[in-house]
Parts: sequence; C-alpha cells; structure tokens
Amino acid sequence: METVAQREEKFSSFLTLPTGYKPFFTFPVGDKALDGYSKKKYVCKLLFIFLLGHDIDFGHMEAVNLLSSNRYTEKQIGYLFISVLVNSNSELIRLINNAIKNDLASRNPTFMGLALHCIANVGSREMAEAFAGEIPKILVAGDTMDSVKQSAALCLLRLYRTSPDLVPMGDWTSRVVHLLNDQHLGVVTAATSLITTLAQKNPEEFKTSVSLAVSRLSRIVTSASTDLQDYTYYFVPAPWLSVKLLRLLQCYPPPEDPAVRGRLTECLETILNKAQEPPKSKKVQHSNAKNAVLFEAISLIIHHDSEPNLLVRACNQLGQFLQHRETNLRYLALESMCTLASSEFSHEAVKTHIETVINALKTERDVSVRQRAVDLLYAMCDRSNAQQIVAEMLSYLETADYSIREEIVLKVAILAEKYAVDYTWYVDTILNLIRIAGDYVSEEVWYRVIQIVINRDDVQGYAAKTVFEALQAPACHENLVKVGGYILGEFGNLIAGDPRSSPLIQFNLLHSKFHLCSVPTRALLLSTYIKFVNLFPEVKATIQDVLRSDSQLKNADVELQQRAVEYLRLSTVASTDILATVLEEMPPFPERESSILAKLKKKKGPSTVTDLEESKRERSIDVNGGPEPVPASTSAASTPSPSADLLGLGAAPPAPTGPPPSSGGGLLVDVFSDSASAVAPLAPGSEDNFARFVCKNNGVLFENQLLQIGLKSEFRQNLGRMFIFYGNKTSTQFLNFTPTLICADDLQANILVYL
Amino acid sequence: MRLAKWYMWFDDDEKQKLIEEIHALVTVRDAKHTNFLDFWNFKIIYLHYTRLYFCICVVIKDKILVCLEAIYNFVGVLNEYFHNVCELDLVFSFYKVYTMVDEMSRAGEI
Repeated sequence: METVAQREEKFSSFLTLPTGYKPFFTFPVGDKALDGYSKKKYVCKLLFIFLLGHDIDFGHMEAVNLLSSNRYTEKQIGYLFISVLVNSNSELIRLINNAIKNDLASRNPTFMGLALHCIANVGSREMAEAFAGEIPKILVAGDTMDSVKQSAALCLLRLYRTSPDLVPMGDWTSRVVHLLNDQHLGVVTAATSLITTLAQKNPEEFKTSVSLAVSRLSRIVTSASTDLQDYTYYFVPAPWLSVKLLRLLQCYPPPEDPAVRGRLTECLETILNKAQEPPKSKKVQHSNAKNAVLFEAISLIIHHDSEPNLLVRACNQLGQFLQHRETNLRYLALESMCTLASSEFSHEAVKTHIETVINALKTERDVSVRQRAVDLLYAMCDRSNAQQIVAEMLSYLETADYSIREEIVLKVAILAEKYAVDYTWYVDTILNLIRIAGDYVSEEVWYRVIQIVINRDDVQGYAAKTVFEALQAPACHENLVKVGGYILGEFGNLIAGDPRSSPLIQFNLLHSKFHLCSVPTRALLLSTYIKFVNLFPEVKATIQDVLRSDSQLKNADVELQQRAVEYLRLSTVASTDILATVLEEMPPFPERESSILAKLKKKKGPSTVTDLEESKRERSIDVNGGPEPVPASTSAASTPSPSADLLGLGAAPPAPTGPPPSSGGGLLVDVFSDSASAVAPLAPGSEDNFARFVCKNNGVLFENQLLQIGLKSEFRQNLGRMFIFYGNKTSTQFLNFTPTLICADDLQANILVYL
Repeated sequence: MRLAKWYMWFDDDEKQKLIEEIHALVTVRDAKHTNFLDFWNFKIIYLHYTRLYFCICVVIKDKILVCLEAIYNFVGVLNEYFHNVCELDLVFSFYKVYTMVDEMSRAGEI
C-alpha cells in the first residue's frame, strides 16, 4: 500500500506545471511525429490545465486524432477531452461525429461504450441529428452486450431530453418495454429511466410497462437476501432500481387489472412492513437506502390515493419519522405529510400529529425544516384546530425569517378567513398580524379585512372598538393606520357614544399619526376626515381648520392637495343632506374570489397550492352556511365548461320556419349578436330554458302550444353532438315541416349539420 | 474544485459563477442542517467529508435519499478502487475518476 508521499513522488514527474505555465507549453510539431503514448500524455496534461481553470485554445486537433487510435487508453483520453471541452468548431464536430460513428459500428463493446458515453455527455443537437436514428437500433438489437445496452438507453434518454423532436417513436418502443424483463438489472435500471421520461410525453405507448414494472418490483422486494447478490446494497435489495420502478408507476394511474393491482398493493405493504422491522445494520447507508425506497413507495401511495388503509399506514410511518434523530428524515416526513394531508382518507390521521409538528416548529434549528412544518400546519388546518394553528403560526411569525414572512402572513390570513366561526376572532387575528409583521402584510390582506367588516354588520362595532384601541399604542404600523382610518371613517359613529372614544378623540388620534404616514395613507386619512364631517358635525370646524391649513392646501403632492381642496369646498358648500348622501356608508362588497389566494398561488407556484385548495374545496362542502365569503379557487368551473363551449359552438338554434298553423313569435334565436345571420330576440319564456343549458345537457329548449323543442347533447373530449327533437303537441299532423338551422359563419366550419 | 461533471449546457462564466455560489451556500452549513437545500429551481444534495464536499445538483422532482445514497456509493467505489482514497488520488487520476463517474451515472441518471 502506498503512502501519500510515495504517490506524490510518482505523480510529480507526470505533472510538472506550476500555474500560469500555459503560454510556454506547445506541442512538438513539425517532422517529429508523436507516438500515441506521448500524445495521450500531452493531451491529458492539457485537460488538467483546463480543469484548473485556464483556457485552452490549442490541442483539439490532437485530441480528435487520438479518437481514431486503437488503444483504449488513448481513445479514452481523446473522448474525455472532447466531452469536457465541447466546442462549436464545425470542422472538428464533423470529424468527431465520424469517429463516433466508426466506433459505434465497430462492434467492440468497450469502444461502443466510450462512444456512447461521449454522445451522452455532450448531447448536442448535431450529435442528435447524426445518431438519433441509430441508437434505438443498438438498444434493441439482440446481440448487443448488456453494458452497451445500458449506455445506449441512457444515451437515448439524453438525446431525447435535449432534442425531443429528433428522436422518432418507432417500433423500438415496444422492445424497450420488454427490456424491463431483462436478466441484467443494470439494463432494467437504464430502461426504466428511459421509459419514465418517454412515458411522460407519450403515456399510451408505454402502458404495457406498468404490469411488467409491478412484477419486477414485487420480485425484488420479496427476494431473499441471497438473490440479487450484486445488487444488494447494505442489505437492501436493488434500492435504486426499486425507486425507479416506483417512480415509473407514478406516471400512470392505479392499474385497472385487479391482479396487477393486488400485486402492487402487496408490494407496497411489504415495503411498509419492512420499515417496521428492526434495522439489519447500523450503518447510515442502510437506513438511507431503506428509507429511500420507503419514501418513494409512500409517494406512490399518495399519488394513487385509492387505498385507505395504505394511506393510514403511510401516515403513521411518517409520524414516527417526525421525531427521528436525523434531520433529513424529519424534513422528508414533514414534506410527505403535507401531500398526505390533502387526501381525504388520511386527513384525520395527519391531524393527530399536530402536537409534534408544533413542537418541531418551535425547536428545529434548520429554517427549511421549520418552513415545512408551517406548510404542514397550513395543509392540515380545518375547523377543529384552526384557532390553535393560527395562534401557533402567529407566534412563529414573530421570530420568523424575513424571507418567509410574507408567505406566512398570506397563509394566516387565508386560514383565519376560511375557518372563522366568530368574526371578532378574525378581526383580532388580522390586527395582530399587522402588528407583528406589518411590513409584510400586503395590500390584499387588509383590503380583505375591510371587505369583510363592511359586509358583516355584526362585527362592525367590535372592529371599530378594537381598531381604536390598537391605534392608541405608541408605535403602530402604517397598515394599521390605514385600516383604522378606514374603519373609523365608516363606523366611528358606533363607538362615538363612549366618552373615551368621542369623535374629537378619534380625530385627534388619527391626526396624530398623520404626519408619520406616507402619501397614500394620508390620502386615505383625508377621506376619513371628510367622512367624520358627515358623521360628527361637532368636529366639522376642527377638521375644516386642518384642511384649510397650508400644509394641506399647498401640499407638494397633487393627490393630497386636490383632496384637501375638494373636501374643504364640499364641507363648506354642501348642505347636510347632500353631504350625507355623498358620504354614505359603503355598501357591502360583492362576493368575489379571494385575491389573497391568488397571490399565494403566484408565490408558491401552481403545483403545491392548487391541489390543496381544490381538494379542500371538494372536501369542505359543509361550509358554514350564511353569507360567508368563501374564497373560491380560480378554476371553479368544472362540468359547466363543455356546455358553455356548446353554447359557443352551437349558436345554431332550431328555427322551424313554420308548420303552417304555427302562430308567430319569432323563433329565430341567435344569442351571439356578432354573427351575420338574422337576429331575433329569444321568444319570451325560453330565456330561462336557454340559461339552464349552461349546466345541463338535456332538457326542453322551447315550448308553446303547438310545439316542443327538446335538446339533448353529449360530449366526449373535444367532440360534441347535439340532438334537437321536435315534438308535436297538437293532435293534427304537421305538413311541410322544415327546420332550418342558422349557423354563424365562423362556426360553420366546425359544425356538421344533419337535418 | 477537484471535479465537475455537467449534464446541462452552461457557458464557462456561468459555470464559474454557479460553482462559487454553491460553494458559498454549502460551506456554511453544519451537522444540524439537512444534507440538502434549495437553489434556484434545483436542489443541491451534499456530503461533507473532512475537507471535501461532494455535491449533486438535481431537479426538484428527484428524490433526496436516492442521491445521497449515490454519493455514498460513489465514495465507497472510489475507496475500493484506490484503497483508502485521499484527495490527491482524485487530483492525479482525474481521468479515471471521470470514467468512474461516467460508468455510474450516464447522462445524468444512475
């Protein structure tokens, strides 16, 4: 065994270059041809210099020459040089591609392997063009060696990732699926990676891989420790392959075939069982490998979301990890639980761990773990634990990192609003929020609280009182002044009776903060003052003095100046009636979707929040009734959409030109007036019917004494079909009954009409 | 910086900048932190050996424990090949190390 010192000696002759030596180093050119070994040596040195960080602008040609040599070592260095120093010099690329082509055709597995590695490492478009056709053939040919198959599979994967359009789907796809059954597990691993990526774009082609994957997985998982000797890693059988197979299965919905599904469930149960057994080795690698498989299995269970007992078991397993020694596992457990919480089966089970999570929130040192804990609390929140969770999140907010504060503020606001049974609690929470993290309370949050206070009469008095008390604190945040100003302006009269909060005191309180505020706040306060003039005539004179003062009337900011001047005029000129009308209380806001939710989604990205919210929406159907503003997800339209399309598509209403005895009543119906065809108003009475078709597919479109017109439609994906039935309500027979369909021009291309 | 294997295309300056940023992020973490962190829209998974850090940068979707195991495996292989590997081995036999990396993770997959 050599010591380090001996090794150093050995290599010091190999590399004698101090840094910055580059300019003096040239290839011996001219008549003295280099032999293979020296060439290799020099190229290797060049590469080393490059890796140290210097630029290399010569030697590429030599490297390419090395590629065509027959010796492995020389070829290897050549390829290494090329892969590391990819250049866009077109001459060389052609030569390189040529060399690669020769190697691929050489049938020598080591050379083929080298060539494939090079392609995989570089993966440029030119290479894809040159080789994308050949590699699948190598992959599925019967006589290629296993190692070459592995390389070919992953090479193809790389080319597909960089230039998906250049990799044609051919009949090799079915052969690739069969590779999953190969003896050599390395080939299976490579094939699984390839199939997983391809299946994401073309799931139909690789559907058969599901059952193969399941059987392979069950064979691995249930294998005794003596099988798979090469692939048993610290007593865990083929962990990487298991993880990959599980990942492949996540690309597809749960298998329909009951036999396959049964096997899969068995598999997953075995994995969960193994996790419960005592570990076979103390090494961290063993537990890491075992847990890697376990977490991937749990992801699959969550993805399928169909077996309640598996979900509950997974949840319990994760609960155990929540208190594990290793931080990694705690983080991963929190993250997986977050996705578990949105599934209806396991939501209850997740809630039982709330104490542990809260504890984690308080004691974890790593901020990303704390962040996951917050996410999990948000996900598991529902009516029963909302107050507790919001309280915990507020106390966390006081010490939280600045970078995540805004997100937490948004979450607290959403939770408070959603689960507020008693709106006084909601108002308190939001005011607390402003107090703790005022800077991060975005506008949407305090707009929302004002909307809610205005919409709900019962909480207005409480809000006014609370806001008044909060404003008395010596240092209050500007957002609080905004909210306070607005609410007192609207509802200050509700607390004016109390001598401690008489109008003059209210005004003085607000005005004391006036000079500390920014321009938009001041503008809002000016509006509040004029509202006070309306509400409390006794302070009118004081306010007018303030408005009249030079600092308002000649204020540098245009908005403030304008407001001051106009409000002053208004207060002097208008009579009390007009003033009262102008400055009436704000009417309730119309219910709209919560902009807070939209903002949170924008922050987090669509994937995480949308799923939670949509599934939560589906779950919480028993929302407490009453005019409660429920934040609706933006994608609220579900089934109505096909019919809505129909209405756009089928602006082709029936228009019987007239069974002879039919009485008038223009029956030509055209809702979309931008079309050129004859327009007539909807016959009276059919408007309701027409509107109903937004939500229904079948029904009566029009009815009078003679005729009933029914509509039946069916839709599949992007195709729709509409049947129109005419029912004769009279006892006589219709003669010459001709329905005419008038279709808007631009729709004509899209609709086939059969009469 | 001893060895860098790139599976995505970056300019040379970008590569340098990335390396510096990652270095700054990783060296300040101690044992109480997790072995992974978020970086732009990737994850970095790293292992700390006395004076050397092994980092893998993966897309968000990839699993952390799997990559961690890959690092362990790789170090194990290096150990076996070089018989108690040390940093100088990596420096002087860099082409062998590159080959090993290639063997174990072609095209960015294990």
